[in-house]
Amino acid sequence: MRGLPPALITAIVLVAGFAACAVQFPNIASTRVVGNLLTDNAFLGIVAAGMTFVIISGGIDLSVGSVIGFTTVFVALAIERWGMPPLVAFVAVLALSAAFGAAMGAVIHVFDLPPFIVTLAGMFLARGASFLLSTESIPITAPIYSTVSDFALRLPGGGRLTAIAIIMLAIVTGGALLLHLTRFGANVYALGGSRTTASLMGVAVGKMTVKIYMLSSLLAGIAGIVFSFYTSAGYSLSAVGVELDTIAAVVIGGTLLTGGQGSVIGTFLGVLIQGLIQTYINFDGTLSSWWTKIATGILLFAFIALQQGLVALARRPLAKSAGAAT
Amino acid sequence: MQNSPDPALPLLEVRGISKSFGAVRALQEVDFTLRAGEIHALLGENGAGKSTLIKVVTGVFPRDAGIVRIGGEEVAPRSAKAALAAGIATVYQEVNLLPNLSVAQNLFLDRQPMRFGIVREGEMRRRAKALLAEFGLDIDVAAPLGSYSVAVQHVTAIARAVDLSARVLILDEPTASLDRHEVEILFGIMRQLARRGIGIAFVSHFLDQVYEISDRITVLRNGRLVGERETASLPRLELIRLMLGRELAETTSARASVGEHKVREVCASFENYGKAGYVAPFNLELRHGEVVGLAGLLGSGRTETARLVFGAERADGGKARVEGAPVRLQSPRDGVRHGFGYCPEERKTDGIVAELTVRENIVLALQAKRGLHRPLSRREQDEIARRYVKMLDIRPPDAERPVGLLSGGNQQKVLLARWLATSPRLLVLDEPTRGIDVGAHAEIIRLIRELCDDGLSLLVISSELDEIVTYSDRVVVLRDRAHVEELAGEAVDVGNILAAIAADGAGVAHEGRA
Ligand SMILES: Nc1ncnc2c1ncn2[C@@H]1O[C@H](COP(=O)(O)OP(=O)(O)OP(=O)(O)O)[C@@H](O)[C@H]1O
Ligand SMILES: [Mg+2]
Repeated sequence: MRGLPPALITAIVLVAGFAACAVQFPNIASTRVVGNLLTDNAFLGIVAAGMTFVIISGGIDLSVGSVIGFTTVFVALAIERWGMPPLVAFVAVLALSAAFGAAMGAVIHVFDLPPFIVTLAGMFLARGASFLLSTESIPITAPIYSTVSDFALRLPGGGRLTAIAIIMLAIVTGGALLLHLTRFGANVYALGGSRTTASLMGVAVGKMTVKIYMLSSLLAGIAGIVFSFYTSAGYSLSAVGVELDTIAAVVIGGTLLTGGQGSVIGTFLGVLIQGLIQTYINFDGTLSSWWTKIATGILLFAFIALQQGLVALARRPLAKSAGAAT
Repeated sequence: MQNSPDPALPLLEVRGISKSFGAVRALQEVDFTLRAGEIHALLGENGAGKSTLIKVVTGVFPRDAGIVRIGGEEVAPRSAKAALAAGIATVYQEVNLLPNLSVAQNLFLDRQPMRFGIVREGEMRRRAKALLAEFGLDIDVAAPLGSYSVAVQHVTAIARAVDLSARVLILDEPTASLDRHEVEILFGIMRQLARRGIGIAFVSHFLDQVYEISDRITVLRNGRLVGERETASLPRLELIRLMLGRELAETTSARASVGEHKVREVCASFENYGKAGYVAPFNLELRHGEVVGLAGLLGSGRTETARLVFGAERADGGKARVEGAPVRLQSPRDGVRHGFGYCPEERKTDGIVAELTVRENIVLALQAKRGLHRPLSRREQDEIARRYVKMLDIRPPDAERPVGLLSGGNQQKVLLARWLATSPRLLVLDEPTRGIDVGAHAEIIRLIRELCDDGLSLLVISSELDEIVTYSDRVVVLRDRAHVEELAGEAVDVGNILAAIAADGAGVAHEGRA
């Protein structure tokens, strides 16, 4: 229930936008385009799911773009230069990114520092580390890469649901279940309500903080692997600025930037809206791709205004029901 | 946990606890003993250190010295979670729940019924409903807690703590925002728990309640233990002397000067003033030098009336006049512009800015009234702050301390000072003595009378009928969001108010002690 009404609005915007695009370019309404949209935004959907947890808990994670970049470089080097089997490389990089996130969470909790600062430092650190590893783009030629790229479920109407799109859908589903159905999820909302109060109510705030940032970095690591499948390369400059696209998707999905409310499903819809704008611009052909950013910016404004409106509305009945409830 | 405790053995033993915040010595070698099956009142003036003791014992604040034993075993919890694991459940003074979560999630946070790692939402709601039903509350437990009144939130917090079924239950001012009916229910549950061998410590400034429910009393003054007595053998005056360290000048409960002074001109009047679905249209005349009390049950429309009068809520019909001239009250700004002041009930959310100092909080409204282009000089600010710190006996008397670090009762006094500093013509006080100790309580009542003699007009809301009778010239009684009766002169007494509240048989259940 929680967080769904704003997500519902996101859903309406998405459907309306899709319909409008389809009217102009009937081809958009095909499984092929939808399949591509899911594939193109698979890595974004995965990081955004993690970011949703962080933002609902009242934090922010600016390091995710850099972690994606680092992961691609590390995976490429490990497979191509160091001769690691791909699966070992994946496990290693996921362990690294999870540890990195856990460390940021621990610093935030122990030194009581703002997550913005700590993850900003994390962002520079991870990006710097990937430059240290390599500054060039490293193509990955391991057979598993072509196998995974070729794998796809055929959709009726000629569309393809690729492996990475399937991974993304699985993670979004898993994330939604984790957030809404488990004790961990309830504690995430509790932290977003108030850290002090949550701790007075017996929530282990420190452990939760570590776990939440660990989850976010871990998902950024997975997104990095997915990204390397998508581009078949590792490059230290990949996914620059993705943290901002991610935050935008989360907010457009109806999650409150101040924490305490939101949903993974909403975030997924937010990712799709951004993908839809990109698709529209590709179809149009005359528009510069920077219009994606402008449209995203406008949508962000609209959603933040909308949230403020909803928050204000939610306050009003409070005064009314104040007594009636007793 | 199940073995029946030896009554001679103390359940919770606190020995030699000390705690300083910088230079402030909040607790000095305090002892506290709680036996199984007893209800123990922890009393003291505002700032005596009651809440600090509770937080140190439950590990929210680290302690400087001392030991805590539960059932003879030494424990040193370092968080509320650890204290709970050791067997202490606590409701802290600042009602600590999460408004963004549902009522059910609040009740079962971190202990939800689970199956295969998944929260059983249906089961949790069912249990939440059953639990609240014990407290006489029938509400939608799936709705966010924040959509309910403070009283409901408070009951929820208590229900959660009770349900944790710890061996020790600590309640810091649990009754502060409850009405009589809810207090009765809470006391019933406390007695029941005590019979099961649970030790209950509770803090309250309502001495009637202390005498009604507690077996023993521990008194703190200025961070030191001054005594532990059997309630039955401690006369009330002696208790007050212990708490204050001096005799209390006899000011309360005498309706002395009321009605003697001559009635002056009308300060503000409201005709058919109201708002659909909020408060039924009412007529109200407030004169200079007069106190009008608003009485009624929680939710009867008292706070709503106050908010309309101040302009915090817009009326949808009727006329308002100030000094005879028609005015529009559309926002709190309008209220302030016409010389109104409003001290809300919920100091934490509606009033106090915890990070600002006492001085800054006190001058806030005055500065807003003067406008930002006419800043108060630092000298003026210091002067104003000093005057009110002294007048209201705000402790510690340090105007440069962030308000958030003051005890709950002293925060309340700062809020009162803020509005007094604007020299209003009409001041609306919503539960002005809530959470304020006996000494300061008498001070505030005396202050209310004095202000009136200076021509101020006061509208006061209080659940304490004795108190309202003490200072009011007239009392307006509300029921079901409508003004149902106005009592004046000789008619102002507790019996008449109760009769008006309970007329039609509505609320007979709420009657209780007067
Ligand atoms: N976090 C803190 N930092 C600094 N000083 C504090 C802090 N908490 C409490 N104090 C100080 O410790 C003293 C005791 O405060 P405490 O809150 O225990 O009082 P109390 O007895 O609960 O009063 P009340 O009845 O008003 O709630 C006060 O002087 C207060 O200003
Ligand atoms: Mg206190």
